[in-house]
Amino acid sequence: MCACRCGVRVHLRDGKIRYLEGNPDHPVNKGVLCAKGSAGIMQQNSPAKLRKPLKRIGPRGVGPFEEIEWDEALGIATKWLSDIRKTDPRKLAFFTGRDQSQAFTGWWASQFGTPNYAAHGGFCSVNMATAGLYTIGGSFWEFGEPDWERTRYFLMFGVAEDHDSNPIKKGIARLKERGAKFVSVNPVRTGYSAVADEWVPIRPGSDGLLVMAIARELIAAGRVDYDWLARYTNAPWLVIDAPKHPDHGSFARDADGNPLAIDGRTGKPANALRSDIRVKLTGAVEIEDGVMARPAYELLARRCMETAYSAEVAATRTGVSADHIRRLARELADAAFKEEIRIEQPWTDWAGRRHTHVVGRPVAMHAMRGISAHSNGFHTCRAIHILQMLLGAIDCPGAFRYKAPFPRPCPPALKPAGKPGEVTPGAPLAGSPLGFPTWPGDLIVDEKGAPRRIDKAFSWEAPIAAHGMMHMVIANAHAGDPYPIDTLFMFMANMSWNSSMNTSRTIEMLTDRDPATGEYRIPHIIYSDAYASEMVPYADLILPDTTYLERHDCISLFDRPISSAEGPADAIRHPVLTPDRDVRPFQDVLIDLGVRLGFPGLLTGEGAARYPGGYADYIVNHERRPGLGLLAGWRGENGDSHGRGAPNPDQIERYKENGSFWSMELPPSMHWNRHANAEYLAWAKDMGFVDTTDQIVLQIYSEPLVRFRQAARGHGAHQPPAALRDRIDTYFDPLPMWYPPLSHGAADTADYPLHAITQRPMAMYHSWGSQNAWLRQIHGSNAIYLHRDTAARQGIADGDWIWVESANGQIKGQARLMDGVERNTIWTWNAIAKRKGAWNLEKDATEATKGVLFNHLIPEFLPGRARLSNSDPVTGQAAWFDLRVRIRKALPEEAGEAAPQFAPLPRPPGLDPAPDVLRYGEEFHPRKKPLRRTLP
Amino acid sequence: MTALPEETTKALGLVIDLDTCVGCHACAVNCKEWNTGGHSAPLTDEDPYGGDTVGVWFNRIHAFEVGEGDMGRTVHFPRSCLHCETPACVTVCPTGASYKREADGIVLVDEDLCIGCKLCSWACPYGAREYDHDAGVMKKCTLCIDRIYNENLPEAERVPACVSTCPAGARHFGDLSDPASAVSELVAARGGFDLMPELGMKPTNKYLPPRPRTNTRKEADSAGPMEQAGGFLGLLDRVFSR
Repeated sequence: MCACRCGVRVHLRDGKIRYLEGNPDHPVNKGVLCAKGSAGIMQQNSPAKLRKPLKRIGPRGVGPFEEIEWDEALGIATKWLSDIRKTDPRKLAFFTGRDQSQAFTGWWASQFGTPNYAAHGGFCSVNMATAGLYTIGGSFWEFGEPDWERTRYFLMFGVAEDHDSNPIKKGIARLKERGAKFVSVNPVRTGYSAVADEWVPIRPGSDGLLVMAIARELIAAGRVDYDWLARYTNAPWLVIDAPKHPDHGSFARDADGNPLAIDGRTGKPANALRSDIRVKLTGAVEIEDGVMARPAYELLARRCMETAYSAEVAATRTGVSADHIRRLARELADAAFKEEIRIEQPWTDWAGRRHTHVVGRPVAMHAMRGISAHSNGFHTCRAIHILQMLLGAIDCPGAFRYKAPFPRPCPPALKPAGKPGEVTPGAPLAGSPLGFPTWPGDLIVDEKGAPRRIDKAFSWEAPIAAHGMMHMVIANAHAGDPYPIDTLFMFMANMSWNSSMNTSRTIEMLTDRDPATGEYRIPHIIYSDAYASEMVPYADLILPDTTYLERHDCISLFDRPISSAEGPADAIRHPVLTPDRDVRPFQDVLIDLGVRLGFPGLLTGEGAARYPGGYADYIVNHERRPGLGLLAGWRGENGDSHGRGAPNPDQIERYKENGSFWSMELPPSMHWNRHANAEYLAWAKDMGFVDTTDQIVLQIYSEPLVRFRQAARGHGAHQPPAALRDRIDTYFDPLPMWYPPLSHGAADTADYPLHAITQRPMAMYHSWGSQNAWLRQIHGSNAIYLHRDTAARQGIADGDWIWVESANGQIKGQARLMDGVERNTIWTWNAIAKRKGAWNLEKDATEATKGVLFNHLIPEFLPGRARLSNSDPVTGQAAWFDLRVRIRKALPEEAGEAAPQFAPLPRPPGLDPAPDVLRYGEEFHPRKKPLRRTLP
Repeated sequence: MTALPEETTKALGLVIDLDTCVGCHACAVNCKEWNTGGHSAPLTDEDPYGGDTVGVWFNRIHAFEVGEGDMGRTVHFPRSCLHCETPACVTVCPTGASYKREADGIVLVDEDLCIGCKLCSWACPYGAREYDHDAGVMKKCTLCIDRIYNENLPEAERVPACVSTCPAGARHFGDLSDPASAVSELVAARGGFDLMPELGMKPTNKYLPPRPRTNTRKEADSAGPMEQAGGFLGLLDRVFSR
């Protein structure tokens, strides 16, 4: 249902849900359940559920549709898809939204043969994931968690209310019980920020500057864990400092490729990976004739000491005073060093040395979309990880802790496929569509350096777009840039509404026709969703999905794991209800289509279906490598091995017996310093998480970035296009940096003085909540929130209707005044607003009459004619929160309804009108006779 | 009109922690889903998909701001029946439908006796009563009597739905007449308070105030520079083991 993946117990009575509750044994939620989870009854009971496959028989966006049988639907899809698979598989763009099946959908795309695949990470959190994986081999949320039991100081950046909701709520309560300090850096004081000991109202997009200024204070004062940096990071590694040298900025290496460091005893370079040398963190040494090299730490220190990162300069842009910045730095250092934790837990390090105890630096950090949804988010997130490292606060008691399968190498070894020669008609792609480039030769570009993916991920425009760029697919497919596609196949992605930038324009692109042929610019659109979302009318073929309670799902270690810091875990969901309509689980449909299309991975040698039992069969019997499948628990023919083992036909039953999850607790000697813990690394290798037991050296200095920068400076065979050369040179900096969000430099910030951001409330899961009769009573419309003083300056009172204008468009909604918001920021709840007629809501539903969608204001391209996406220049992460706006009071006659409004969408065939009254549960009452009295 | 018991054997109720409540509505929705099929079933929703939706909820969450500037805070405030010791909603009831139980102090409505006159909702100063227009009767929080005495449930789960689901651990259930109970001790330790005691309802439920913040902002901001640990220059001649 949602990306937190809590365990839920479903109680049925007479085939209906009587009650949903948290599974007390489940590793994620430990018995609690949020509002969304508890409202699952109404998710199941929704009148917006699609009922049968649909074929469009009128114009796009208008309909009408007709109901068809599954055989016909799958036949149409097979016809479209087999034609392009045989000729040019890239003409399929397959993008999925909010599902948990990426380990399967990515594999499916690869079997089809198209590189044009991604899930929604490109517009969600790829800045977090990428910066984390390239820096510490892990990241926040699924990849790691704060040590709630031991931290003394918890610093949280830009976490929207809906993120990781149950674990964070539990953790914060625990922190407060223990008296630890909780600081929330966030422009808005709601949700978690409301209960923080200290709320730091920051200007959106400036968090990186705050972090760099804090780092500068620590470095200047020498309150840095040098021993930790020397042992666990590349801080001592020597960086070639010779601007004309082709390897300028790369690490100096010996003949065997080992990085070098200054050996403190000899003053000469030596293999930095040896355990027996004593290294320096500053200084310079000549590594070859006239070529000098300096330790990475010195370069980091110099960067942070630049005037641009002084507390005084940072104060002017962040809105956080210089004294305040210094105090935060002092508090972090005091917590890390004066409250050091020592746990008498023996462990063995990577070099085989036995230690009697572990040292903890009880400072934990966490960050999410407020950091990642900016065009400077990659570097901001990297700066946060570097701040953690300066304090020695990674995977030690009281700090951020990895969750299996992390830590992984920085970055993981997987490379994206899709280069010339890797796409073959009628055959699978030569690898995975997504991965982690480490040099320009890994880019998915043609011989001239032009993009080869429809979203331009892994091109010079977004070289490390590790999660793809779903937000650019429709715009690029419409423009035929870099090439036209034939079929856009999407799952659970509301691209004609709240999942796109520039929504009004996106709707036009979906319906635009080529005047020469009269055909749609995007010829075929296949869409799968369980509900009548805004996207349904824009598809040609609808493959209706089941609800989450009617299908199998798999929360795999290959995908977005549910492990804890103490050990790995994975889970399944199994169907508890049988659909009362003609719908099929999306994953079963993909397997069926794959068989019809002849995917080798889905067929036996004799050409029969390899997984006749559908997705449940695939979950159990598919192996990625021998002995490694989607689920780690109860493998082997007897079900007695965990991690590696042959497929076990009873595996799903074993999961069901165990509350639908598997978890394993690692011994305490494997709980800490896992990037350098020999016992842990040996186990991780056995589990297939890492390929070697080598220490995972954490990266304060990122060499992959240098390789792109050197290309931009003319070195090497792979060269960026001239137009992007300066951009690569600037942003592929191996050291953390802060720069204003890209569009701010171009947009006239004086004309648009306010920042505009969104967050989702805790009680809503993306757009899927508004059809929920209970959740929409909590958030049935969304106002535009702004600071009282900001409103007063423009004569705006609480409840007034106001216009919000950006360089891209304007919207109208109702103002709500508050104190708990940064003065230059306005904000609203995301994905509450609905288009009239969608989700089978009545036409007077407040979501449509009063709800506002900021998406209309956000351009998908940066200003200028270059068609550069409004994204982070390193990762391609959508820069939703770079939005700048101005506001004005609406005229009296304009009050009353939100703008813009669109023609109401027709109700898809097969759906009944929504009921006028819900008496859910009266049939469960012991009285058994409905009580209904109507008084005058 | 309706008499109250002279005393009750127990005083079952809730203790709600305003320090950790993040306003997530988990308790409100879990209450709704349990109770819509429970003792007071259904918790009707009228116009559930339209523009004028009115539903029955036994527990509602409010958010408001108090204080200004650095002293300002956002408070999330869950509101449900407080199962008062001297509840006006009972004494005002003309039919005996509203009553307070002698055994545990829980305030309930007997729907068969309720004539839907709504006097109780006028009398309750906390707005805790919920009129079901469709059924024509008053409904309210039952403290999940169909959970707390339900022997089909494991003992640990015999607590109100809102308590068992709260992710922030902000809701506690127990006997507030027993000074040795965990909830009474929590109230004593954290300075739990009555909501609007001046109204004389003697509410059983207690609220825990936000803890003092570990934030000494103004004074600390103007303190001198950070303690120096040798500074950057102190690093020049140092060597570190791997």
